[in-house]
Formats: sequence, structure tokens, C-alpha cells
Amino acid sequence: MSVLQWTWIFVIASFSLYLYIAWRSRVKDTRGFYVAGRGVPSYANGMATAADWMSAASFISMAGLVSTMGYSGGVYLMGWTGGYVLLALLLAPYLRKSGRYTVPDFVGDRFDSNLARLVAILCAIFVSFTYVAGQMRGVGVVFSRFLEVDVNIGVIIGMAIVFVYATLGGMKGITWTQVAQYWVLITAFLVPAIAISIKLTGTPIPQLGLGSTLDPNVAGGEKIYLLDKLNQIQTDLGFNSYTDTFVGGWDKMNVFFVALALMAGTAGLPHVIVRFYTVKNIKAARWSAFWALLFISFLYLTAPAMAGFARYYMVDSLNGRTEESLPSWFHSWEKTGLILWFDDGDGVIRYSNRDDNEVFNTKGLNRSELMGLIEQHTVWRSTEGREGVDGRSVMREKGIAGPDRDIIVLATPEMAELSNWIIAFVAAGGLAAALSTASGLLLVISSSVAHDLYSKIINPRAEEKKKLLVGRATIGISVIIAGLFGIYPPGFVGQVVAFAFGLAAASFFPVLVLGIFSRRVGTVPAVAGMIVGVGFTGFYIIASVYGGMGNWTFGIFESGIKPQGIGSIGMLLNFSVTLGLARFFPAPGPKALELIDLVREPEGIGPPLDIEKAMDH
Amino acid sequence: MSNSSSGKRGSESRSDSLTKYWNGNVRLMLILLVIWAIAGLGCGILFADTLNEFKIGGFPLGFWFAQQGSIIIFVLLILAFCIAMNKRDEKHHEDLKSDESQSGGGI
Repeated sequence: MSVLQWTWIFVIASFSLYLYIAWRSRVKDTRGFYVAGRGVPSYANGMATAADWMSAASFISMAGLVSTMGYSGGVYLMGWTGGYVLLALLLAPYLRKSGRYTVPDFVGDRFDSNLARLVAILCAIFVSFTYVAGQMRGVGVVFSRFLEVDVNIGVIIGMAIVFVYATLGGMKGITWTQVAQYWVLITAFLVPAIAISIKLTGTPIPQLGLGSTLDPNVAGGEKIYLLDKLNQIQTDLGFNSYTDTFVGGWDKMNVFFVALALMAGTAGLPHVIVRFYTVKNIKAARWSAFWALLFISFLYLTAPAMAGFARYYMVDSLNGRTEESLPSWFHSWEKTGLILWFDDGDGVIRYSNRDDNEVFNTKGLNRSELMGLIEQHTVWRSTEGREGVDGRSVMREKGIAGPDRDIIVLATPEMAELSNWIIAFVAAGGLAAALSTASGLLLVISSSVAHDLYSKIINPRAEEKKKLLVGRATIGISVIIAGLFGIYPPGFVGQVVAFAFGLAAASFFPVLVLGIFSRRVGTVPAVAGMIVGVGFTGFYIIASVYGGMGNWTFGIFESGIKPQGIGSIGMLLNFSVTLGLARFFPAPGPKALELIDLVREPEGIGPPLDIEKAMDH
Repeated sequence: MSNSSSGKRGSESRSDSLTKYWNGNVRLMLILLVIWAIAGLGCGILFADTLNEFKIGGFPLGFWFAQQGSIIIFVLLILAFCIAMNKRDEKHHEDLKSDESQSGGGI
């Protein structure tokens, strides 16, 4: 069977499974809708959190990033896992003990202020929307490459599926679908990685394979470590060595700050935190943080292995090929524009980091520009440079080089010549990753609007039935808005997603930590800290990305700090402003102190009791 | 076992043991966070160039910490936190119970 047929089978089978689960877990009340009735077992919540967390970006782009960045790619690996330690130790159990439904809910009650609640709501909605737009686009891209349908039709199919299971089952439906999606995505990631590891190194464990010697059949009888061989090829072609630290614009200070911003940002992202509200008790909240990181680590420990393998294939299998001997994956990905070859006239392909590089991608070019450029380049080649334009120099001026990094995970199974069903399965995995994250984010948006804004601020006396209706309606509307973002992607989305972490690190993280660990911080310092943190981080990002401002060195660093890392400074500012002001303003009122005590004390005497019962009845 | 004097009233010894419980939590958390910082920010980043001079198998050590080692340590840290905290919670409950029986009053 062809890849296309296999893909249809996997996509239809997995989507039917999601819909079946959604139907089985429909809900009737807001508790079910927002926190899945607090009845989710910790291992299941761990899987759901993992699926929620691992987006289209983790599944498709991360290995590609590591593959092109080498050592520095570790900032994403460490940043996005290290944040879970902060989350598990500093936040998850305490926020669960608070018994609230959402993050703005906790912030609003702890600092006893609707202003704080409102700032938190706005941050939550902003972070979630920028994120969700990227997910919907990811669904469209996978559909268009593997099922040969239009990107927009792909987005609409994805929207329809999420619409059904999110409005029907709320958090409960989303949680159980995410559990299924976790299995689909992790299998889809591990199977090709294991197959490639066996092929390249003879080891079935990819993590060990990366540190092993190459199979003599692959390396031409040579006995050499994969990473050594990779470094050797990289250096020969003018790239930075794969394992060397702090090369290519990533100095120590920037690696440090970007990693720190990603860590604190991870711990402050509302759609991750909200998952810990769905479990029965604190013990389960702690365990589900462990399960979540364990399940996430299966992918995050495999991604660098996949990245190394893919890098080897990419540089090794392209160079020296001619038009006739080009691998078939090259042609199928050429159609998507993620890879492009401008020959210099010798008919042999060359992928290097020098001026003789011939491999590019079409990111940032529109269709007519691209067609014109290809035409000009053909003329340039056939007239041996007398007429037309050298496509390579145009690309170099635009700063485009090499294949698009999104190709790595999706095309490596093809590079390694794996079976068709494995290639198709990867597509289903990419869809699962995108859909699971999208649905989790949509629930955060819906709960911020319907629960925090409507039930807490606008109409506190609304009936249960009405609240649920508002919840369903907002999630429905959010799906449609997210879909529109996917069809008409606003240009800034790609960049903003990375910055969402900086903003979360500079706003939520300090407020939540101090809210739990300080009895002295009152309303004014907390709100001031949040505003200073977000204001500073937002200003730096906007000014340096859109305003052309140079990166700041603060007089102590050798090179300027990257906008992705500025969240770390924003976070430190937030902490110092809040703690500095705390002594001049009144301490929290008795209601807030009561909440702090409630959050800190362990669960009731004897066997852990169901706090929900203790609180509601 | 309780170290609060049995002469105190129940609610006072309860808040004593709560403070003790909370301070212990913070200490445990700080120890784990120090390990977190040494593994991730330290070995993975700050000392990565030095560690890269050593090798385990085909991995330069700094590179290994940045892409594998730190993640494994993060998972183990959360596991340690879960086990230790759930034990502490249980012990706290026992402390409270023995307080209750010693002071003869409810909470």
C-alpha cells in the first residue's frame, strides 16, 4: 500500500477513536467541564499533561532545531523539561490544594483584587491564543503534505474534530482524548527513531545509539563514533561542529538566559498549570507531575537522537548526488517548498555552510517570487551566467540557507527508507500532537472568559446551567477564531510563540511563587511586579524584533541578550520590584492569609480526604 | 512522635507542628532546587565547555548533560520530591494524631 493510503487509514482510525472517547465522556456540570470532575487518576493526568504540552512544535520542529543547532539545541530540551521541576516543586501541589478552577482564579483570590484577576486573565488569553494559532496551522501543514488536500481544508477538518470533543466533554473529554493522543504521538515518534537507530548504529535504543559507533556497513567499513563522524562532516562542509559548546551566536550567557526563561515560562504557562487542578488530591497532583515529565522525557530524550541521525542523513545523503540519483524523499518534499536546489551548473548537489551551498528552502517567498526566481536561475544556468540571475546569491542575500528544519522529523523516516506504514504513522502522530495541545489551550481560553470573567466578575450569580452554556459557547467561538488564525496566519505568530514563554516567566511565575511562599506580599506589590515584568519584557521584545533596537549588554555581557532570553531578566525584575515594595505596603488581608494557610497545610488527618467534598459541602 | 509539650493546648501544638512541617518542606525543596540548578544550568551550560573535554562512549560529557543527562536528573528529582513529600505528609498526620491523644482534646 502507498503512503497516502496508509495515512488515510491512520488518520481516520485515530480521529474516530477521539470522537468515540469524546462521546463516552460528555459532561453535565461546570466541575466536569473545567476540572474533569477532579476524578482523573494521576498517571492518566500525566499522559494528558504530556500530550497537552507536546505541541506540533515539539513533535515536528524541535528535533529539527536541535539538528541544525547542535549543542545549543539543548536550551529547548533543558528549558522545556527543567520547567517541570519548578512546576512540581513550587506550584502544582499548592495550586491544587487551593481548590480553585483556574490560574487567574487563584491570583485574584490570593491577592484579593479583581485588577490582579483581570491582568492574569488577559495574560492567559494572550499566551493561549498565540499558541493555538500555530497548532491549527500545524494540522493544516500535515494534512497538505500527507493527504494532499489544501492546507485550509486541513485546518477546517481539525477545527471540526476539536469543536466536537471540546464542547461536548470540556476538560473531561479533552483529558481522555489527550491520553489516547499521547499514545499515538509517542509511538509515532519512537518507532521511526528505533528503526533508524538500528539501521545506523545497530542499537535499538536511540539514546544509546547517538553515542555509539556507526554500523560498519553505513560508514563504509570504518569504525567511528556517530558523533565524531558527524563533527568531521560538519567541519568539512564549513558548519560548526555538532557537539561543540557556545558556537554560532550562542554564547554562554545567552544559552543560560534563554534556558532559564524557558524553564520559568514553562512553569508559568496557564494551560499546563490547569492540568493539575483535575486530579483528586495533592498526592495525586505530585504524582501526576512526575508522570507528566516521565512521559514527556520519552520524547525529549529521543528527539536529540533523532536530530543527530537526521543531521547525518541530511549532510551525508545529499552531497554528491546528481539529478538522477537524488533520493525520492527530496522530490516529495520539494513540492512543499521546504527544500529547494539551485544548481551551480555542475549537476552535482552540494549542501554546505559556504558560498557554494546549493540547498535552500522557500520560507518567506511567495509563489510568484519563487517561480520567477526559479525561471531566472534556469536561464542563468543555461546561458552559463551571461543572462538571468543566480538564485543562490539571491537566497544568500535573503539569509535563507539549507532545508526548512520542520522537514527533519517528517522526512527522516523517508531518508532512512523505512516502510510506508511507519512514514504514514508519523503523520498521524503530528496531528495528535497538534490537536491535543490546541484543545488544552482552547479550554484555558474558555475558562478564562466564561469562568473568571463571566462567573466571577460580570455575573457572579449566574445559574450552573447558564455557566455551563457560556463555557460551551466560548470554547466553540474560540475554536472558530483559532481556525481563522490557522487559515489566515498573522505574520507575528511564529515569533510570538517563543516569546509567550518570556512573558509567562515575567508575569505568572513570580506572582504564583510569591503568592504561595510569602505571607508578606500584598496586592499592590504583586500587581506592580507583574506590570513591570510584563512591561519590560514586552518592550524589549517588541523594540528588538520589530523596532530594530540592538540587543542590550547591560554593560557586563560580551554580546547582547537575545529577545528569547529577556524573560529571565523580566522575571528577576518582577521578583525584586514585588519584594522591594512589599515592606512599604500592607500585608495581605485575613481572607488571603487564610488561603495561604490552606494551601500550605497538608491534607486532612488520616487518609487523604477528597478536598472537593470538604470545600463544597 | 511529637516534640511539642503535652501541656500546650491542642490548637497551639497543631500550629507548632504545622510550622515545623512547612519549614521542613521548604528545606527539602531548596535542596532539590540546588541539585536542579547544578545539573541543568551548571553541568548543561556553565561548565559544559569544560566537561566537553571528557567523554563517555561517543558523547562529549557537556553535550550529554545538555541533551540527555539533565533531563534524566529532572525526572529523578520530581520522583524524589513525590516520595519524600508524601512520606512527610503521612508523618505529619501521625504527629497530629499523637498530639491529639496526648493533649486529650480534639482540634
